[in-house]
Amino acid sequence: MDIIRVENVSKGYPGHPVLQNLSLTLKKGECFTLLGPSGCGKTVLLRLLAGFESADAGKIYIGDTLVNDPEARIAVPPENRGLGVVFQDYAVWPHMTVFENVAYPLKIADRPKDEIKERVMRMIDIVGMNGLDKRLPSELSGGQQQRVALARALVADPALLLLDEPLSNLDANLREEMRFEIKELQKKLGVTVLYVTHDQEIGLAISDRVAIMNAEGAIQQIGTPWEIFEQPVNPFVFNFMGIANFIDVRREENSFLVGKGSQAIPWESPAGDATEWVAAFRPSDVRIARSGDGLHGVIRRANFLGAMMDYLIEIDGAHLRTSIETHHAIAQDLMFKAGDECSLSFLSLHWFEKESLKGVLEE
Amino acid sequence: MNTKSSFGVAQIILFLSIAILVVVVAFPVLLILFNAFWVEDHFNFSGAIEILKEPETFKALINSLIIAGMSTIGSTIVGTFFAWLVTRTDMPHKRFMKSMFLVPFMLPSFIGAMAWKMLLSPNAGFINRFFMDNLGFDGPIFNLYSYYGISAVEVMYLFPFVFIQVCGALERMDPTLEESARISGAGLFTITRKITIPLVLPSILSGALLIMLYSMAHFGTVAVLGIENGIYNIPVLIYERIHQSGGSFESIRTGTVLATVLVISAACIIWAQRKILGSGHYQIIGGKSFRPMELKLRGLKYPLMFFCFAYIAFTIVLPTVVIFLVGGLSTYGLSFTPENLSLDNFKFILFEYDVTRDAIFNSVTLGLTAAIITMFAGVMISYVIVKMDVKGKGILEFLGMLPFSVPGSVIALGVILAWSGQFGINLYNTVWIILVAYIARYMAFSLKANSAALEQVHDSLVEASRACGATMWQSLKDIVLPLVKPGMFAAFFLIFLPSLRELTVSIMLYAPTTRTIGVAIYTLNEDGETVISCALAAIALIIIIVGQTVINHFTKKESE
Repeated sequence: MDIIRVENVSKGYPGHPVLQNLSLTLKKGECFTLLGPSGCGKTVLLRLLAGFESADAGKIYIGDTLVNDPEARIAVPPENRGLGVVFQDYAVWPHMTVFENVAYPLKIADRPKDEIKERVMRMIDIVGMNGLDKRLPSELSGGQQQRVALARALVADPALLLLDEPLSNLDANLREEMRFEIKELQKKLGVTVLYVTHDQEIGLAISDRVAIMNAEGAIQQIGTPWEIFEQPVNPFVFNFMGIANFIDVRREENSFLVGKGSQAIPWESPAGDATEWVAAFRPSDVRIARSGDGLHGVIRRANFLGAMMDYLIEIDGAHLRTSIETHHAIAQDLMFKAGDECSLSFLSLHWFEKESLKGVLEE
Repeated sequence: MNTKSSFGVAQIILFLSIAILVVVVAFPVLLILFNAFWVEDHFNFSGAIEILKEPETFKALINSLIIAGMSTIGSTIVGTFFAWLVTRTDMPHKRFMKSMFLVPFMLPSFIGAMAWKMLLSPNAGFINRFFMDNLGFDGPIFNLYSYYGISAVEVMYLFPFVFIQVCGALERMDPTLEESARISGAGLFTITRKITIPLVLPSILSGALLIMLYSMAHFGTVAVLGIENGIYNIPVLIYERIHQSGGSFESIRTGTVLATVLVISAACIIWAQRKILGSGHYQIIGGKSFRPMELKLRGLKYPLMFFCFAYIAFTIVLPTVVIFLVGGLSTYGLSFTPENLSLDNFKFILFEYDVTRDAIFNSVTLGLTAAIITMFAGVMISYVIVKMDVKGKGILEFLGMLPFSVPGSVIALGVILAWSGQFGINLYNTVWIILVAYIARYMAFSLKANSAALEQVHDSLVEASRACGATMWQSLKDIVLPLVKPGMFAAFFLIFLPSLRELTVSIMLYAPTTRTIGVAIYTLNEDGETVISCALAAIALIIIIVGQTVINHFTKKESE
C-alpha cells in the first residue's frame, strides 16, 4: 500500500523553478531516502509533504487523503497532516524541558495527563534519554537535542516520519551511531520514514529504497541501495555514489582503445554504435600489479594516506585514481613511486556513451 | 506560508499593523507637510519660504544650526577621546569609568541644564558667586547664557552617543589589522593615523550625526538656558508660538513650516548616516570581540586618570548633588547648612502639593500605558516585518523607521493637527493626546527591540510545532511569545523609563491637569519655584536610576 503519492508536482520561486513534474510513491513501512546534491530541491519536496509550502501544480496524497492540489485549492495545513518532522537544526524549543518538548504533540491533541506522562517517558526511554527529562535544551549536547527532536516527532505515533538532514550538524562518530539508531527505531515502531540527505553513505546504510535527484530537481533513479550502487542508470548516478574514474575510450573498427594510445581495454565491449565511449569505474575496482596482463600505465603521483596508498595513474593520456591498503601494498611489493610502470585490470566497469556525460563531470 | 488557514490570519495581522502605523505615525507627519505647503486650497511653496525669512524664524533656524554644530563638534571630540582612553590605553579603573561615561545617557538634559543654571548663571550661580565673592573677580568667570554655555551643557549629555559607537568599533576591530601594520614596520603613531582612525571613522561620523539629529530638535537645554539672553532654537520657537497663541492658525502654520525644516534635516542626517554605515570599509570591523592592543601611557597614566575622574565629578556628580541639595533647602538662596536642609520639600511634593502629585501620577500611568500598548503593537508589527512573507511589508518597514527620524516636537505638532477635532476626534487638552504622541514617539524603540528578539526565533521552531499539530495561533502562543518575552521586556523599559522624564512632547500638549513630571519640573522652574522643581527633579532622578539599575540587571542576566 502506498502511504505517499506525489503526482506531477511542480514548485518554483520567482525566476527559479525548483521541482518540475515530479512523481514519487512511498510504500507503507519502508525507509526511503531522497538523495541529491545540495540545492537540488529535495528539502522543498519534504516541505511540500509536511505542508509548510504549497505546490504550484500537481497532487499530493498522504494515505488516501488528498492534502495538496492547487487546482482544487486544497492545501491541508501541516497541523492536520499527522506527520512527524525532524529538522536539520533540531528545532528543539529552548524554553521547554525535554519532557515538555516531547509532550507537546500529545498536549495539543488533548490527551489525558496520565497517558501523556506514560507515553512521553516511554519515548524518552526509547531514544535513550532516560533521566534527562527535566533538562533544558541548553544543557544538552547536539546529539541529545537531536534525540529529543526524534522523540517529539515520534511520540504521537505518526504514520510517516520526515527527516531533513537530521545528522549533518553532528560530528562524524555520532553521525554513524545515530544513523543506526534511526534505522532501529524505524524497525521497532514500524513507521514509514522519508529521509532527505546529500550524504550517500547514510542513504545506502539505512534505506530500503533510494531516489537520486540531480541538481535540476529531477529524479534520476529509484531503487534499492544495491541497485543504485551496482546498476546506475546514468553517469550522474554513478558519479554521485562515490569517487569515480571516467576514462576516454575510442572505437576503432571492433577494438576499444584507451586514451590516445593503442591498448585495447581488457573488458567486454559495450552494446551500441557510438565511437566515443567512456569507461567508468570506482577506485576500488582497479587491480594494480607490477607487471603482467592488462593495461600498461605510469604512476604520476603517489600519496601515502596512512592506511591507504593513493595513486594517480596515466594510461596513454587518460588519467585515473586508485587506492590500495598500505599493508597490502607492502606485502605485495606494490609501493610505487612516481614514474614507476604498472599494469592494470578491472573488477567492475560501466560503459557510458561520451555524449551522455556532458554536464556531469564539470561538477 | 500560504496554506489556506494561515492566509486569513496573515492578512489580518498585516492590515492591523499598517493601520496602527498609518494612524499613529504617518498621518500626523503627513498633516504637518500638508499644512506647511497647502494654504487656502492651493499649493504654496513661496509662502513657506516667506515664513522662514521672517526675522524670528530665521534666527531660530540659525540658532539651531549653531548650537547643533557646536554641540556635535564638542561631543565628537570628547566622546572619541574618552572612548580611546577606556579601550586602547592602560589607564587604571577603565571599567568603572566606562560605565560612568554612560550615565549621562539616562539623565534628562533639561534637569542638568537647571543644575548648571544654579551653578553658573552669570550673577547668581554658586560657582560664579564663589569666584566673585571670595577671589575678587569683577564679573562671572563663565557666562552660561550664551551659545558656548548652551552647547557645553549639550555636550555633557550627548557625548555618550559618540562614545558608545566608537568604543564598540575599537573593541570589535580585529587586532591583526594593526599588528600587520606593526610587522610591516609602522610606528604606533603611524598605525593610529593610517589604520585605526580610518577604520573607526564611520563610527565617529555616525555617532556625530546622531548627536546632530538630537541637538537640532532639542527643546529642554535651550529652553532652560536660552531664555535670559533671548537664545531660542526651532523647537523652542514652535513651543512658544503655539503656547502663547493658544493654537491660532498663524502659529500652527509657522510651526508646521519649522517642523518641516526639522523633518527634512533629520531625513538628510539619517540618510547620511546610513550611507556611512553602509559603505564597504565598515565591514572590516567584525562582530567578534577581540583583545585590543593597549597603549602604555607611562607618565601620563595618572594625570589622565585624574582628568577623567575630575570630568566625571564635575559634569555628572556635581550637577546631581546640586539638584538634591537645592531640593532639600527650605528657601532658595540659603546656604547648604544642616539646619536649612530637610526632607520637607520631598514630603510636600509627594503627598501634599496637587501639581506635583498629579504630575507623578500622570507620568507613571502614561508611561505604563504607552509602554504596554507599544510593546504589544511592536511585537505584532515586527512579527510581520521579520517573519511573514506577505506583500506590502515594505511599507511597514518604512513606516516603522519613520519615527526614528521625526523629532519629538514634530510628533507633538502633528498629533495636535490630527487629534484636535478636525477629523472627528478631539483629544486636545486631555491625557489621551499625550498618550497617542508617546506611542508614536516610542514605537521605533519597540520595533527595534522586538525585531532583534524575533530574529533569534528560527522559523523551524514554529514549523516544528505546526508539524506537532499546533495551529498558527497555538504556535504563536506556545512558542513565539515565550521566546520573545525578553525582547518585549526590553521594549517595555525602553519606553517606560524615557517617558518618565519626557519633556519635548508633553510640553506642547499639556493642559493644567495633565502635566507630566518633565512639564511640572520645567514650569515650576520657570515660575521661580526653584526649590520645589529641584525636589521633583531629584525624585525623577531616583526613579530613573532605580529603573535603569533594574533593567541593567535584567538584561545582564538575559545575556548570560
